[in-house]
Amino acid sequence: MIDFSILINNLDTYLEGFKNTIFASIIGLVGSFIIGVIVAVMRIAPIKPLNWIGTVYVEFIRNIPLLIIAFFFYVGLPAVGVTLSGFVAGTIALSIYTASFIAEAIRAGIQSVPKGQMEAARSSGLTYVQAMRTIILPQAIKIVIPPIGNQFINLVKNSSILGIIAGLDLMYFGDIVSSHTFVTFDVYIFVALFYLVLTIPLSLGVGYLEKRLARNH
Amino acid sequence: MFKSKASKITGILLLSASMLLSACGKSDKETSGTAAKNALEQIKEKDKIVVGVKYDTRLFGLKNPSSGEVEGFDIDISKELAKDILGDEKKIEFKEVTSKTRIPMLNNGDIDMIVATMTISEERKKEVDFSDVYFQAGQSLLVKKGSPIKGLEDLKKGTKVLAVKGSTSAVNIREKAPETTVLEFENYTEAFTALKSGQGDALTTDDSILYGMVDQDSNYELVGGTFTDEPYGIAVKKGNKELVDAINSALKKMKDSGKYDEIKNKWIKSN
Repeated sequence: MIDFSILINNLDTYLEGFKNTIFASIIGLVGSFIIGVIVAVMRIAPIKPLNWIGTVYVEFIRNIPLLIIAFFFYVGLPAVGVTLSGFVAGTIALSIYTASFIAEAIRAGIQSVPKGQMEAARSSGLTYVQAMRTIILPQAIKIVIPPIGNQFINLVKNSSILGIIAGLDLMYFGDIVSSHTFVTFDVYIFVALFYLVLTIPLSLGVGYLEKRLARNH
Repeated sequence: MFKSKASKITGILLLSASMLLSACGKSDKETSGTAAKNALEQIKEKDKIVVGVKYDTRLFGLKNPSSGEVEGFDIDISKELAKDILGDEKKIEFKEVTSKTRIPMLNNGDIDMIVATMTISEERKKEVDFSDVYFQAGQSLLVKKGSPIKGLEDLKKGTKVLAVKGSTSAVNIREKAPETTVLEFENYTEAFTALKSGQGDALTTDDSILYGMVDQDSNYELVGGTFTDEPYGIAVKKGNKELVDAINSALKKMKDSGKYDEIKNKWIKSN
């Protein structure tokens, strides 16, 4: 029923898009994680102004549609003289957007470790940073892994936003194959399969990591 | 796609797969059941024509934000068709289509015909049936005034040309200027926004649509004349000769009575 000739005849086009989707996802994963950790630290650090900045970031970015953030970087920034390609603009938007969710997951994980742990560590002579690193974070990481894994899976799927701003990803080329072959259903089925090739291993990987960390403690 | 089993699943999965069809919830049973019936009879039975038109194309089909009405050349032509076929220009319903969604929407039964700046091409004739030509356009280039690009020959390697997904102009420009980078967008508004923010050096599509953009922002101009013939046709679902005949006869009456020229002069002022 599904016409595989669509895939075979347009394989180069699909693979070009797939490659860019992988790049955007990898950069997005690393970028959003780094930004997410920084923002989470700002939100829980015992310094009020940093808390405010972190809170503003999370509440602002998390509550705006990703599409608008992507448009801002693609067609908004050129107004101030910065022109980014669709791929770069989309990947930055993706990282910034996902980071707000990751920051929240990390903050929630750290704050779910009972307060008494920090107090006990501090009174036994550890500094705040030492206590964080040796006592709190090893416990928090187990709690944090599943929600972060979810965000990573979302990030891979959300990278399809690049298709709207000529970011040359899987969705973009899917649209083009569809418009040239006049076939919609089959074309997007293959697009979906390519996304699954990325998201299913990611999902399994997160599950494995979760189990392993549970065993270690 | 025409097999009824396949089209049933198409209807369900398209929604989740692509957000392409906002109105594909229409019962597939109804579609496959009436597909055998002639489309003209169906239109007369429901006493209303559902026409797929552009909502974002100045001069042809543009939604006026203050009145909420769609306006343009394609709209007025459609109303004349309704007047001729059903006797009343108000017996019409407009649905928004894009270059990407119009053929799937027609084949799904969401719309009865496409009047949406659609070029008649051999490839498309395999998918749909076309009426006679109702507008003669040609592909051209839109650039910012003072741009070094003066025509097709200036489209070199590294030049970025913006086009719309699913349009013939995107295919044509790759043939005429194979060295150049073509970036494709969802619709003309997005492509023009990208041009204005410097994401490309030129925008290519039919001159008729480009004139609409100049009408909106006079900092842009058409260069290099037209380099293709783009005869616009009205598309209906394949195998509906009766409906095509009815449209052609309505078009002919419009041309004979001078109504066609009146509509054309109302919208298309350049050349």
